[in-house]
Amino acid sequence: MDETCDIASPVKRRRAALLVAVLAALLILPFATQALGYGSLTSFATRIVITAIAASSLNLILGYGGMISFGHAAFYGVGGYVVGILYAHARSGEAIWGLMPGTSDLAVTLPLGLLVCGLLALLLGAISLRTSGVQFIMITLAFAQMIYFLFVSLKAYGGDDGLSVRRRNEFFGLDVRDDTRFYFLSLGLALLWFGFMARLVNSRFGLVLRGIRQSERRMAVIGISTYRYKLAAYVIAGMGAGLSGALMTNYARFVSPDMLHWVQSGELMIMVILGGVGTLLGPAIGAVVLLSLESVLAAYTEHWQVILGPFLVLVILFWRGGINGLISRLTGARCE
Amino acid sequence: MSDVLLRVENLAKHFGGIRATDDLSLDVRSGELHALIGPNGAGKTTLISQLIGEMQPDSGTIRMNGIVINTLSTPQRVARGLARTFQITELLREETALANVALAIQARQGHSFRFFADARRERDLLDPAMAILRNAGLEHRARIHVAALSHGEHKQLELAIALATEPKLLLLDEPMAGLGAVESQDMTMILKALKGRITMLLVEHDMQAVFALADRISVLVYGQVIATGTSAEIQANTDVRTAYLGEGNS
Repeated sequence: MDETCDIASPVKRRRAALLVAVLAALLILPFATQALGYGSLTSFATRIVITAIAASSLNLILGYGGMISFGHAAFYGVGGYVVGILYAHARSGEAIWGLMPGTSDLAVTLPLGLLVCGLLALLLGAISLRTSGVQFIMITLAFAQMIYFLFVSLKAYGGDDGLSVRRRNEFFGLDVRDDTRFYFLSLGLALLWFGFMARLVNSRFGLVLRGIRQSERRMAVIGISTYRYKLAAYVIAGMGAGLSGALMTNYARFVSPDMLHWVQSGELMIMVILGGVGTLLGPAIGAVVLLSLESVLAAYTEHWQVILGPFLVLVILFWRGGINGLISRLTGARCE
Repeated sequence: MSDVLLRVENLAKHFGGIRATDDLSLDVRSGELHALIGPNGAGKTTLISQLIGEMQPDSGTIRMNGIVINTLSTPQRVARGLARTFQITELLREETALANVALAIQARQGHSFRFFADARRERDLLDPAMAILRNAGLEHRARIHVAALSHGEHKQLELAIALATEPKLLLLDEPMAGLGAVESQDMTMILKALKGRITMLLVEHDMQAVFALADRISVLVYGQVIATGTSAEIQANTDVRTAYLGEGNS
């Protein structure tokens, strides 16, 4: 709301120009990489785009709402398993619990993934959000690990080994198995998600959520029952992670308990912190940087975390607001 | 004037062996400014926290307009017209003064399950918020972030936010604490202007302000009300002089 952050200000214009440039680059990326002979980059970009959705969903509760959830992989993995299990049943022809036939159409698997993750988040959130602080961190971690071990022991769905999805889902009968098409599908859904987030964080709901992070006590004495808003945010975040997980299973043609493991929760958290906690695009930047570092460093050494660790420490110590904060400072000012 | 808005009966709250509130009874009449004075540790803030519902009393009842409100949550009590300010200010530090007040107005308007429209530009939040800041003398500071405001402005903003919830009974926890002489006078003038329109329970150490503002004064010592009366009555009361005004043997 500062003068410098007006629509017409040079700072805001520069940021808008940067955003348009990034969007344009994302749109021509598959064609450019193919022309240049780096076709595999499209597949890598798909992975980043999908992961960015999950990181952004965690950021809604962690960055905007101040709820430090250490169990976000639960929703990411369950979203993935919804696709995997439906596919397994579609192949075997057996109905799930004798009720519902399997399917491999994204038009069914995606909404169902969102629904299942939303309900799961409602259940886990309703319990977890009775606590706060360290207790909340531990209870979300505990729930996620419970789900992890549940799927490890589910031999019917591959147990430890996970489930293969031989063929990517169709989308309303449309073939999206091709890498370029799947890239655009993922990009489209990611843009929808980030557009939704952009509206959400400045809506009445978003302002309440930001207020809760700053002082729950203040919110209570202006008459706001914080619990229901935290729970609603938790459900939205769970659904976002579910969307990401469902896409990721399609991307990788595989789902395993690894997607549910606490290391996965930790990675999402690192992306959020690296990119910029409580900023709209921070998690996307974090996903780009972490996944790129991971693949570049892993080419040199299998102990790439040894390099990543100090890098993360430096970012936290010296770049307040993560990489997004750094970009803001370079382009002039903070206008978010 | 004489109908009772808030009636506290036999309220008790213990912290271990300490009786912070000890069989406390108190009436606040509709429309009055009722001051609550007492030495440090007398249990004034503890009482306010129980009235607003941040703390649960061990026993006793709190009635507003004759209805027991003990079991209501803080937001429910706020919906019924209670509001408090904090001695140690409790503000959204990353937001502007205007956004702090606008959020209170938003809360007053009902639920906040609206996910799309940009609430930072809603006229029906910003206009009333601006009007309240104008009355509080903070208009020119409206778009400054709370972290950049002075202590005195924080105190004024505390009051402005409380007023934005349109309270019937305003609980003021040392609004003058830490203010300079001029700021203190400004605050006294603001409260004077509110007198009669909003019922107030004022906890304050600044005796000049208390004697200038209060219709009635209650004196709290060791969690109990030892006297209630007008300024003149309280100043003449020997128990009060012994226990609080420090004139034991004169």
